[in-house]
Amino acid sequence: MRKFKDLAARRMMLVLTFIPGFIVLLMLFGLFGKARPILAVKPIASLLFSSVWSPLKGQFGLWPFIMGTLWVTFVALILAAPVSLFTAVYLSEYAPRWIREFMKPIIDLLAGIPSVVYGVWGLLLIVPLVSKVLAPLFGVYSSGYSILAAGIVLAIMIFPTIIHVSIEVFASISYQVREASYSLGATKYETVRHVVLRKGAQGFLASVVLGLSRAFGETMAVLMVVGNIPKAPKSVFDGAATLPTLIANNYGEMMTIPQYDSALMLSALVLLLVVLFFNVLARFILTRVERRAE
Amino acid sequence: MNDFKPHISIRNLSVYYGMHQVLKDISVDIPDKKITAIIGPSGCGKTTLLKSMNRLLDPVEGARVSGNVFVDGEDIYDPAAEVISIRKKMGLLSQKPQVLPMSIYDNVAYGPRIHGLRDKKKLAGIVMHHLKEAGLWDEVKDRLSSPASGLSVGQQQRLCLARGLAVEPEIILGDEPTSALDPQSSQNVERRLIELKSDYTVIVVTHILRQTKRIADYIVFLYLGELIEHGPAAEIFANPKNPRTRAYLTGEIS
Amino acid sequence: MRLLPPRGTVARRKMKERFFMGLMRASMAVVIISLLLILGTIIWKGLPAMKLSMITQTPKGGYYLGKEGGILNAIMGSLYLASGATLLAVIFSLPVVLYINLYTKKNSKTATFVRFSLDVLWGIPSIVFGAFGFLVMVFFGLRASLLAGTITVALLEFPIMSRAMDEVVRLVPQDLLDASYSLGATRLETALKVVVRQCLPGILTAVLIAFGRGIGDAASVLFTAGFTDRIPTSLFQPAATLPLAIFFQLGTPYPEVQQRAYASAAVLTVLILAISLVSRALVKRLARHRIK
Repeated sequence: MRKFKDLAARRMMLVLTFIPGFIVLLMLFGLFGKARPILAVKPIASLLFSSVWSPLKGQFGLWPFIMGTLWVTFVALILAAPVSLFTAVYLSEYAPRWIREFMKPIIDLLAGIPSVVYGVWGLLLIVPLVSKVLAPLFGVYSSGYSILAAGIVLAIMIFPTIIHVSIEVFASISYQVREASYSLGATKYETVRHVVLRKGAQGFLASVVLGLSRAFGETMAVLMVVGNIPKAPKSVFDGAATLPTLIANNYGEMMTIPQYDSALMLSALVLLLVVLFFNVLARFILTRVERRAE
Repeated sequence: MNDFKPHISIRNLSVYYGMHQVLKDISVDIPDKKITAIIGPSGCGKTTLLKSMNRLLDPVEGARVSGNVFVDGEDIYDPAAEVISIRKKMGLLSQKPQVLPMSIYDNVAYGPRIHGLRDKKKLAGIVMHHLKEAGLWDEVKDRLSSPASGLSVGQQQRLCLARGLAVEPEIILGDEPTSALDPQSSQNVERRLIELKSDYTVIVVTHILRQTKRIADYIVFLYLGELIEHGPAAEIFANPKNPRTRAYLTGEIS
Repeated sequence: MRLLPPRGTVARRKMKERFFMGLMRASMAVVIISLLLILGTIIWKGLPAMKLSMITQTPKGGYYLGKEGGILNAIMGSLYLASGATLLAVIFSLPVVLYINLYTKKNSKTATFVRFSLDVLWGIPSIVFGAFGFLVMVFFGLRASLLAGTITVALLEFPIMSRAMDEVVRLVPQDLLDASYSLGATRLETALKVVVRQCLPGILTAVLIAFGRGIGDAASVLFTAGFTDRIPTSLFQPAATLPLAIFFQLGTPYPEVQQRAYASAAVLTVLILAISLVSRALVKRLARHRIK
């Protein structure tokens, strides 16, 4: 009887195990299926690269949203990468145990705060910061609802991702090679710079790619501070829109205008493919780094 | 004992890892320009003793050192002492060759560069000289800019030797430097160490008694963190005074 | 030989080190200050509008115009939805994680493939889960409801929970498993009686992390759970959720309602903080039984 239970459980588990892969495929096919109608009517290039977004006139150019997504992600990365790198290096190489323990919950908390809460905070603090402090500093006018605001909020949201993965990467570097550098009379900083960072460069890059992928798909926080203007931005102080905000903002109308739902599903599909690509890339690099450390 | 001038004098050295005392009140003189072998069963503090000589225990969390280590009369554990200069005086050869993640050339040039040498001609000269000293020059002279990780293990260890010599130390520390190498490369490294002793003081931790017989001029025997016996190699092998030394040398304890 | 070096180079190298230490400390400060700013702003702005009625009443007529009521609809809706989703996710996560750790050989292709798929799923943005959930909903003829939302959020939570569980179950030493097998236990019995107990703190943490994610996510429930002023009494009714409640209240032109949005955000944040504290405390308590 016990053996039977074991066998039955094993069979069931095996089936369940293929569910993750199955879900990914299902998503890809499902979204593609729903996006087909519009792809049948318009060539993919015109959808991706056209700047005209007028659903009522049947114009579904996704270019402004692609640009918006790229701009916001780029700003977030520029802000997040250096801060995350320095923090990860400090925690991994310099900080005494109590500081490391102290920072763990802080980083976990930042990771756990919901997107909407980040959005509310962005509205309360960052939007006025941009419109009243940063824009005048550069001599431009901005309503505050801008790429920059979204980028700042996003940067804080991806700190935990980059920091956490980077710390793991640095920890996987053997102590002995650092010791070799110290034994030559190098300072800790020199050791970090020439040995740890060189060995950890690929892993760090992977962590940034993971952060990028997270930033790409972020919806609520960005939606609340980016301005939702369906035009490709010309400066970080402009309002804009991203693929996720496009989908979120317009799901209400999507069933009423022909082809609209198809266009939105296409955006979701594009988003999915891009994020999948980055994620797979990052994971690939990380497994290689892990294997070499063994 | 008279041509064994002390280069390093260790006095009352005790090392603790947290609550656990690894080295117990060690006092010994390491002779100048000779090969000294630190021997003893595994886990009895040999490597810790070695690392305490160039303050490599400093970065280890929870390690505490008490006592003094005098190099040429100056205590390296003096609070005013400059650690990176101390370490420059000693080169380390680890058990598993630790090549830095850079080219062969850069590996050897790393030391001189961080200590301030920028002149390209001088650097090139140093790299060539020390690669020759380590017996690696002929094998790598055509591919100096290729990554060091592409070398065989034996070559890597010699690269580490060249790298350590490039900072012009006076003392070479070896932590079981041949145990990860094949017999041919081991022989190679041993030969180099013997050649080097005319200019450098060499201290080697080893658990291979035969190797000790081959290369050691002076022996320090540790057992469970205590210094049991020390003296010229010939005397120790011929006439060990302590029963535990005898037991170790005859293979009864390992 | 002198141990104390000439001033020049060493001093310069040490200064370099000190400069970069400064940059590192500044970065740490940025991270810490960000967290403090977020928590501080939300709670400070939310506190004025916090009344007991906020968490004990549902919105009465005209709530969104500034009149009476609270967000109990959203609180209950979120709790129902997240609990259901988390339960659903556990039912699938636990078997999968146990399978890839106990029933496969070392470095098996199946285990690698599954871990890879889980990593891929983990990285998919919640808006895509929302869009997909919407498709599934339409396909099965469901309306925006508690059920549709639960399924979508379960999909979202599944990779998060699996990954966190996998990280702990992976660490179970082979010796422990061998000890159990050598007593004649089947793999199932070992899995349920030894592994789960050994990893209980980690498994619970994984569940709580996923729950926290599920309760706070907006994009996945936007299309699928609908919104209502009532507390749902059946799976097929639409359900309000805290994140959407915050969002909608923020969107009105009435400052009193906007204030309530801040208060709602504070409620959600406090909820997340509580979950985090509880999971930490649980780990400490349950770690008693663990074998190191």
